[in-house]
Amino acid sequence: MNFVVPDFYPAAAEIFVAVMTLVIMLASTFARSIARNLSYLLTQATLILAAFITIFTMDGEVVYTFSNLFISDLMGDFLKLMIYFSTAIALLYGRGYLEDRKIDKPEYYILALLMTLGMMVMVTANHMLPMYIGLEMMSLALYTMVAFDRDSPRSTEAAMKYFVLGALASGLLLYGMSMVYGGSGTLEFSGIAQALHGQTANTTVLMFGLVFLVAGISFKLGVVPFHMWVPDVYQGAPTAVTLVIATAPKLAAFAMAVRLLIWALFDLAQEWQMMLMLVAGASIVLGNLAAIAQQNIKRMLAYSGISHMGFVLLGLLAGVVEGDRQFALNAYSSAMFYAVSYVIMSLASFGMVILLSRAGFEAENIDDFKGLNKRSPWYALMMLFVMFSMAGVPFFIGFFAKLSVLQAVVAAGYFWLAVLAVIMSVIGAFYYLRVVKLMYFDEPVDAAPIRAPAEVRVMLSANGLAIAGLGLMPQMLMSVCAYAMLASM
Amino acid sequence: MTDIPLLSLAIWVPILGGLLVLATGSDRNAPMARMLALAVAVAGFVVTIPLYTGFDTTTSAMQFVELTSWVPRFNINYHLGVDGLSVFFVILNAFITILVVIAGWQVIQSKVAQYMAAFLVMSGLMNGIFSALDGILFYVFFEASLIPLYLIIGIWGGANRVYAAIKFFLYTLLGSLLMLLALLYLFMQSGGSFSILDWHQLPLPIEPQILIFLAFLIAFGVKVPMWPVHTWLPDAHVEAPTGGSVVLAAIGLKLGAYGFLRFSLPIVPDAAHQLAPLVITLSLIAVVYIGFVALVQADMKKLVAYSSISHMGFVTLGFFMFNPLGVEGALVQMISHGFVSGAMFLCIGVLYDRMHSRQIADYGGVVHTMPKFAAFFMLFAMANSGLPATSGFVGEFMVVLGAVKYNFWIGFIAATTLILGAAYSLWMYKRVVFGKVANKHVAALEDINGREFAFLAILAFCVLAMGLYPFPFTEVMHASVNELLRHVAVSKL
Repeated sequence: MNFVVPDFYPAAAEIFVAVMTLVIMLASTFARSIARNLSYLLTQATLILAAFITIFTMDGEVVYTFSNLFISDLMGDFLKLMIYFSTAIALLYGRGYLEDRKIDKPEYYILALLMTLGMMVMVTANHMLPMYIGLEMMSLALYTMVAFDRDSPRSTEAAMKYFVLGALASGLLLYGMSMVYGGSGTLEFSGIAQALHGQTANTTVLMFGLVFLVAGISFKLGVVPFHMWVPDVYQGAPTAVTLVIATAPKLAAFAMAVRLLIWALFDLAQEWQMMLMLVAGASIVLGNLAAIAQQNIKRMLAYSGISHMGFVLLGLLAGVVEGDRQFALNAYSSAMFYAVSYVIMSLASFGMVILLSRAGFEAENIDDFKGLNKRSPWYALMMLFVMFSMAGVPFFIGFFAKLSVLQAVVAAGYFWLAVLAVIMSVIGAFYYLRVVKLMYFDEPVDAAPIRAPAEVRVMLSANGLAIAGLGLMPQMLMSVCAYAMLASM
Repeated sequence: MTDIPLLSLAIWVPILGGLLVLATGSDRNAPMARMLALAVAVAGFVVTIPLYTGFDTTTSAMQFVELTSWVPRFNINYHLGVDGLSVFFVILNAFITILVVIAGWQVIQSKVAQYMAAFLVMSGLMNGIFSALDGILFYVFFEASLIPLYLIIGIWGGANRVYAAIKFFLYTLLGSLLMLLALLYLFMQSGGSFSILDWHQLPLPIEPQILIFLAFLIAFGVKVPMWPVHTWLPDAHVEAPTGGSVVLAAIGLKLGAYGFLRFSLPIVPDAAHQLAPLVITLSLIAVVYIGFVALVQADMKKLVAYSSISHMGFVTLGFFMFNPLGVEGALVQMISHGFVSGAMFLCIGVLYDRMHSRQIADYGGVVHTMPKFAAFFMLFAMANSGLPATSGFVGEFMVVLGAVKYNFWIGFIAATTLILGAAYSLWMYKRVVFGKVANKHVAALEDINGREFAFLAILAFCVLAMGLYPFPFTEVMHASVNELLRHVAVSKL
């Protein structure tokens, strides 16, 4: 086997982020006095420049490099852009929060970049190995970030829980991967697909592996029955970190699901769709029911996130009907649209929690939203947008997300599933309405003025308006999702 | 025909104007917010006038049509248009909005800008519901209009407002989400079209027709509201501020009834015929049973709320008679009920603003201190009970005739509403207005001021005009109703 110099060009963004992470690490070591600001600004600059690099290297072709370990396609590029975007906003929202609690160390931003890099690797993996490496890179950075407020017993506990359960999930995933290797003789996604297609693979062993893969994916998406970590970690982590966990990693997990299930194991779609059906149905039911009982807004949003991820899976499981693949593109792009919409809403929701928090005060009880309309009508309106959007009420983006997923489910003929999802949405609407009720119908209990840096105010307003604006004009984002899927499949 | 997009103006003038009012911010600018809101409401009404003057009564086709692509990915269009079934509701809605703004002029003292903005935005959204010809566009307006009403009930409502607001929202949401599934099914069956007009032509087997009909029945039945899913309405009415009650009764309830005409009957006619006995039974229960319930209410607003349910039972009954008298009568009844129930709630609002009580027992002898008011209230109570020469009579009489044509006994039961309606309206009127002055609060009452006189007089004029000369109303709906009935008579199997 002769050595070929790989084509580095498609991986330019990954390489850039990796190099910049090291640069920031060095810079913050040598320039201690300005390290905090420097590392924050450089991190943001890195994310923005990475976005430019991704845009410039994007050409709509499917390109493989590094001996087929790496795939560059439009879906990956689009998800990477969304990952930079949401990470950058999450860091922007969270900065003041970390400063108030004196935990805005340069390492935080370095970890955030490492997490981003891990997600990028996951998104572009065409092989089990980089997929696993990317996943671990992301997860390890996240475990550390959850524990970043190291004097707080709660966040340490959350980190420990996250780590132990996450390690278990990684183990399951690895075991599944080894099974898949045993069944198909390769770790490369396109190779696995070929082996399945050419019927040279051992389907029994693959099926066995598939179960473990679905378990691993479910854990990372945070869906039932692998959801137990979600509320505890969301609640325990510093809100700035919760914001990070609740956004970009969902996209990476979505990409992982797409690569593993669709790119590699598409011929087993009937089988994994059955599993996802149970997982999605259970998540939507449990997420919505459990969220009603929550007093802590971070926990409430955690359960709501579980149900939203159930909806994403609804899109994924509606692709193949009795061997007929004509709906696949529609279904998968609607799932992606849902995931992206959820990230936008999730950013704004945790952004609001951060906005209401201040030094020595965590606005983490739902009651802390009481009377927000009196304290600040503008942000109350933004939160109203977020809540109604999450409940799936038009004119907000969340409605079109639900519409496109439900449309896919109905097209696939799973009526009972659509009815279940709809009834659960009504039940779910209750807890979103409760937040609106507290903001608008109740008197404030906390009179402190809402203070936040200008950039956070601007960004949060833009975020809220985007939820309404994309709801009025959903076409662009929808067609971007559809086009990215089309060009990649 | 003009090229001005009148329907878009009718929708977006109030919405954008409402946002402008919202921007006036805190209560320091309240006078400005009020003036601006009034200006927007009047402008919103003015743009709907050409809809009537320019309306072609000879055709049943959609008029003032606007069609632009909205979300091409799912073939969702911004498709607007009105026919004889819907045009009045757009105008009525714009008209009622002016009254609501005036009615809230002094009463609402906190968060004035938000109050006015919520009503204006809701008015625009409701115009959207009546003029949407695309299934998803309809749904979007249908759902979005819940948000302002939820806030209105919850912020400016009475003691138990939170319960009422959430109950109202969840009831309606359940219905409309089931409708969404029906819309998605129709989208698939029609090969990727959300156009309501395309769906009218779509052949469907009977089983899906029945399921679709039931989904629509839940969605629209909750909104109408029909027995037994009516319980949210009295709660919402009692807790809502006067303006909220007026809009809810005058326009909100019409949305569901309108949905039957636009969706249930023409899209799934066979199921409509098969399930007509179900709807007729529910309607008759509403007419009779709810009429008795209204009789025993101690709270005036609750009484009018129950009487609304009973009247709306009449409307759904008329639709499912499948004859022109029934359907036209029901439409006239809807418009009339818009005026009359709006007026009743405004009258109760006038009393409530002075006494802060809606209990019938707290009143008595109001005529001695408020003679002008008593005269107006008398007229509206009469109209509510369906007295000839008022608008209430025309619709009820037509529906009863239509029902007798369909089946004598149905007509007979329906006609009891004329007695029951008179009983609860006039008995309440007697207890509140006549008799000796009940207590010193009543003795201290002041008669209506010029502003209150103005809006009651306008409504009184409408009620009488429609009762004496209903032709301008029936003329407009005639062609569309005939076309609808012709269409419904043809099986789609």
